Formats: sequence, C-alpha cells, structure tokens
Amino acid sequence: MALGPSDVEKIAHLARLAIDPTDVETYARNLSDILAFVDQLESVDTRDVTPMAHPLDMTQRLREDVVTETDRREHFQAIAPAVDKGLYLVPRVIE
Amino acid sequence: MEWEAVIGLEIHAQLATKSKIFSGASTAYGAPPNTQACAVDLGLPGVLPVLNREAVRMAVKFGLATNAKINLRSVFARKNYFYPDLPKGYQISQYELPIVYDGWLDIDLEDGRTKRIGITRAHLEEDAGKSLHEDFEDMTGIDLNRAGTPLLEIVSEPDLRSPQEAVAYMKKLHALVRYLGICDGNMQEGSFRCDANVSVRRKGEHRFGTRTEIKNVNSFRFVERALRYEIERQIEVLESGGAVVQETRLYDAARDETRSMRTKEEANDYRYFPDPDLLPLVLDEAFVEEVRRSLPELPDAKRRRFMDEYGLPAYDAGVLTASRELADYYEAVAAACGEPKLAANWVMGEFSAYLNRDGLEVPGAPVPPEALGRLLTRIQDGTISGKIAKEVFEAMWDGEGDPDAIIERRGLKQITDTAAIEAMIREVMAANPKQVEQYRAGKEKLLGFFVGQVMKASKGKANPAEVNRLLKRLLQED
Repeated sequence: MALGPSDVEKIAHLARLAIDPTDVETYARNLSDILAFVDQLESVDTRDVTPMAHPLDMTQRLREDVVTETDRREHFQAIAPAVDKGLYLVPRVIE
Repeated sequence: MEWEAVIGLEIHAQLATKSKIFSGASTAYGAPPNTQACAVDLGLPGVLPVLNREAVRMAVKFGLATNAKINLRSVFARKNYFYPDLPKGYQISQYELPIVYDGWLDIDLEDGRTKRIGITRAHLEEDAGKSLHEDFEDMTGIDLNRAGTPLLEIVSEPDLRSPQEAVAYMKKLHALVRYLGICDGNMQEGSFRCDANVSVRRKGEHRFGTRTEIKNVNSFRFVERALRYEIERQIEVLESGGAVVQETRLYDAARDETRSMRTKEEANDYRYFPDPDLLPLVLDEAFVEEVRRSLPELPDAKRRRFMDEYGLPAYDAGVLTASRELADYYEAVAAACGEPKLAANWVMGEFSAYLNRDGLEVPGAPVPPEALGRLLTRIQDGTISGKIAKEVFEAMWDGEGDPDAIIERRGLKQITDTAAIEAMIREVMAANPKQVEQYRAGKEKLLGFFVGQVMKASKGKANPAEVNRLLKRLLQED
C-alpha cells in the first residue's frame, strides 16, 4: 500500500503537525516504505497466533478505589501559559 | 407513504467511584475548578494510568444485570482527537475488546407488550474535562476536574422504532444503573447522558437509511423531542427528493430543533490503537462470580414479586419499583401497616405528590416510612377517615411529628359515637326543613347533600359510613 501526498497532508492535519510542503513527497515515500514492511509481515500465516495487545506478557494490575491525590492546583498552574479563576485558559474554541 | 424510524442509543453513565478511573484524584461533583485534576488527569509527561478495580467491578455488574457476556480479557485503546478539555490528545477507551458485549434489556411498550432491546456492548472509558466559553473574551476556560472520571458507554442495537421506545429504554437503563448502585443517574450534573443515532426508512424496507447522530441530550423529555424533530426533518428531506447527510447534530431545547454541528473535522478518524501504557485487563471467573453474588434484586424481578407478594396490579408494581429507594420505602410502609394496597395508594398518591411539589427525592422525604405506616394503621382501625388522614399527613410532612400526637393535639379522632352523630344529624335536618321535605317526597339524591352538611358540621371527623347509615334511618323516620 502506497501513500500519496494527500494522505500525508491528511495524517499531518489529524495529528496537528505543521509540515513543510516541500517535504510531503519525502514523507509519502518514507511512510510508504514502512507500510511495505508491514505488507511483508502480513505475508506470514498467523492463523494460529493469538494477537498481541501488548508486548509484555503480563496483565493489568488494579488499584483500590481510594482518593490519594490532594489539591495541587497552584503548583500545576504555575507552569500554565494562562490561568484565571482557577481555570486554564486557551484560545477561544467556538466561534 | 409510511415511514419507520430506526434508533440506537449510546448512553454514557458516570460510574459512582470515589476516585478516577486511572488516578487517585477525587470524582466528587462541584469542587472548585481544577482542584481535583492531578498529574495523571492533566496528562503531564511521565505519568502512568493505573486502573480502578471498582470501575471494573461496576462494569461487570452492569453486564451481568443485562444478560450480557463478560470479556475475561479486554483491552484499552487510545481514541485520538484534539480538543482543549482532553489534555492528552487522546481519550483512553475500549475499542476492539470491550469488557461487556451482547446483552439485552426488556422494555414495556405503551400497549402493554414488552420488547427486547439488544445491547451491543458496554465499555469503560475516561471522561473529558469541561470547556467554559462564556466568561472570557476570546478565550475558553478549561476545568479538568471531570477529566478521568470513569464512564460506562452503553451502546444499544438499532432496535428502537420510535421516540417513545427510546425514552422507555433510556428510563429502564436509568433505573437499572441506580438499582445497581453504579451510577447516581443525576442528569443535571451530566452523570447520565445520551447520544442518539437515528435514521428513517420506508415501512417494510430492510436496509437502514442514512443516519444522523444527535449529541449529548441530557433529559428524557429532550431525547423524545429531539428524536421527534429529527425524524420529521429526515422524512421531509426524503419526501422532497433530497438525501439525508450523515452528520452530527445538536439539539437546541430553546428552539426545539436539531442543527448541524458543522465542525471542521467531520471525518471521524480517531486512529484507535491499543494503549501501550495499559496491559490487557484479565478477569477470572471467581471475580465475575463474586460480582454476581453481589447483585441486588433487579427492577423486573422486584416488580413481579410486588405483584405476587402484595397482590398489587401491574401498574402499581411498575410505579413503585421505578427506583430502588421508592420500592424500599413502599415495602417499609406496607410492613408497618400490614395493608399493601392501602400503602401502595398512599405512596403513589400523597407521598409522591408531596415529593414532586417540593422537588425532593425519597431519601430526603420528611416523613419516614414507619410514621406513614402508623398513619395508615389509624385509617384501618377507624380512628380517622381517609380524608382526615390527608390533613394529618400534611402536618407530618411539615414536621409536626408522630401521627398519633397530631390526631390527639388537633382533636381529629373520628366521631363514631352514635348519639353524637345523631345529634348533629338532627341539627342539620332542623336547619334544612325544605330539603327534608323534598327527600321524603322521593328526591333521594339529596342524601349526598345531607352527608356533606353533617360532615361539615363535624369538621370532617364523623365516621362517613356511620353518618350514611344514621341519615337514611332518621330521614325516613318522623
């Protein structure tokens, strides 16, 4: 499966990546090469192999339902670009 | 041409855990902004999510209560999208292997039949924060207290065929999650919200039409109205030769209409992939069995029991088991007075009316069930009439205390003394000679008039049966 320039632009947009238009061709070629590796893997017969959801052969540990965190708002908001009345401020998101 | 609507609902139920799904921050509602958003909820670098056991237990509980299958191995995935109230840039959810799948719920239709609605799946996920657009010029305020709150997303099959069915299903689910104690069901606070997928097709057609999704409707009434509007809209589009566009729409309650959301990223490309921060969730049968043993009596079973054990009609049993609190209250009243039908009438009547009037929930009612039971005992043993009991109940509701004390203090004890009632009747007859004449001349309808007058003279305290009996006798005499 090969990716064209429009695929690259769409992926970049979804990931909110600003890319230089002159690099699009290169990215398309590199990403297509990666997909070619995947195609190669897909040629292996995996009918009897259980899909791997995680590389570690372990299962999820669970925590008890206990509140352990205290209010550290001031601490966290010290590194935020803009805060007001306890809220984080971002550029307006609806028109 | 006849049209048929096809509706499926996605319900987000906030799980009633104390802490968040992947962090130890509190989930309590109403805290000052961002005071319950810890490093994990903020998605700061280097943090790792650790799954809350109670959230898992609640999801399994839901699955068992809806006859669903439990995936003993389920996987968490990242759902990627960008919005400021989603700090990580992805929501941790479940995609390919949800914890619960393939269940069902029976709903009651208006004509008395029941209909089985399939539940495709229910999966665990985290909630996002809240965006506040109103208070700042050119800025949006973000409160991340809600970020990381555990949600169970419950997806129905497209089995619903009308707005009424959709609401019946939603109400049933709402009652169920509250019975199970896994969600407080508070719709104002957003603990129970609904997205509705709806399409229309010609009756008899098997394929689905193009659907639209109505987002975030948080009341039963609005779901019904939004669906009704949207179904009408789609039919109009199709009948005028147009095509329904697959899109997300918002319901505007003020205008009672749905509107296209026209977001820039309409293409829902969430690029799900398994979350490398979380290992697969593996449950064993023993865990599932333990949860099964903890299940309370469910609404349908309780309703059947109320019909069998208390001899209540289906309607009463349905009303009384609508919530676990009301059902428990009813059972306590019935036990205290030993009269299940009388108890049902009062709990569904006066008690519910007062709750409604004052906007209270059952646990906040000022009259405990034992006290209402004692009041009903006083009707039973003839101390007071049903009418006087309403007055006593109002006094109890207003905090005047025990029914016996109120009856005593206000002198409301029913007059059953024949001599006293006779005296009152004679007075009434003496004051209304013309009516006595007419009655005796055959106008027997006037009996009601006399009963009313005597009851009035006794301030409602005369035993009505006794008044009737004596009146008939005395009017015939002389």
